[in-house]
Amino acid sequence: MTVTCVERDDDDLTITLIADFDAPVDQVWELWSDPRKLERWLGPPSHPASVEKHDLSPGGEITFFMTGPEGARSWGTWRVTAVDPPAALEFTDAFAGADGTPMADMPVSEVRLRLAEHGGGTRMEMRCGFGSREEMERWVSMGTVEGLQQAVGQMDALLG
Amino acid sequence: MSSTDEDIRLTYNKMVVDELPDEAVDALFHALADPTRRDILRRCAAAEPSVSRLADVYPMSFAAVQKHVAVLERAGLVTKERNGREQRVRTDAGAVGRARQALDQLETTWRGRVDRMADVLAPGTG
Repeated sequence: MTVTCVERDDDDLTITLIADFDAPVDQVWELWSDPRKLERWLGPPSHPASVEKHDLSPGGEITFFMTGPEGARSWGTWRVTAVDPPAALEFTDAFAGADGTPMADMPVSEVRLRLAEHGGGTRMEMRCGFGSREEMERWVSMGTVEGLQQAVGQMDALLG
Repeated sequence: MSSTDEDIRLTYNKMVVDELPDEAVDALFHALADPTRRDILRRCAAAEPSVSRLADVYPMSFAAVQKHVAVLERAGLVTKERNGREQRVRTDAGAVGRARQALDQLETTWRGRVDRMADVLAPGTG
């Protein structure tokens, strides 16, 4: 399989994936820098992704949505915090509303990507994690009761 | 494995709700439908305040805060622990298990994505 190593740090709340690709660094970088390529791997086949905004510069945003089998869309926004083509990318990953604006109160995870030439191909190292335990707790509670939270948000709006 | 696992994650919320008995879902909805209770939930995830400390935070009576905590407790969202004369409130039990759950979700998502990256890079399809 492509992922050759996974390291988890339950104290640091991070997970590190190492993957080796049989392709040059520039091509692997294009998976991220070309929105049409990004769309091809972001969502699973059942939930294809569409990238809307794609600004791969510090402070820039990548916004996308995934469409489920019944047409329901879920939105996400990546905020680029650091970029060094074709070797490094760092961003925060947040749930977003339909206009691509990250939802207030929704937890954020952080992703750090490194690409380097390795054995004639490319080694990709990705570290994903949470800024704090509180952030992680929020992420879990959203993960398990996210649907409820959203429904409740709508209820709040209805109830004034 | 990637698509199935990720499908599971994406429909996870729905499944969790589907798997719960109706009364439990009602209790969850009811518990989450109040901004004070949602705020209590957040505070008790970060720390384990006592009920009286929580009562200091909100412009309402101790009894009212106690009632909110009881609603959250019935929904299984917080647990109360007696510590001497104090009752400490915390969001759910087993933070370690929850961390694992969070990292599991991240791992599943990104493993699936990395597998698909390889597909995109594969000669003839890229």
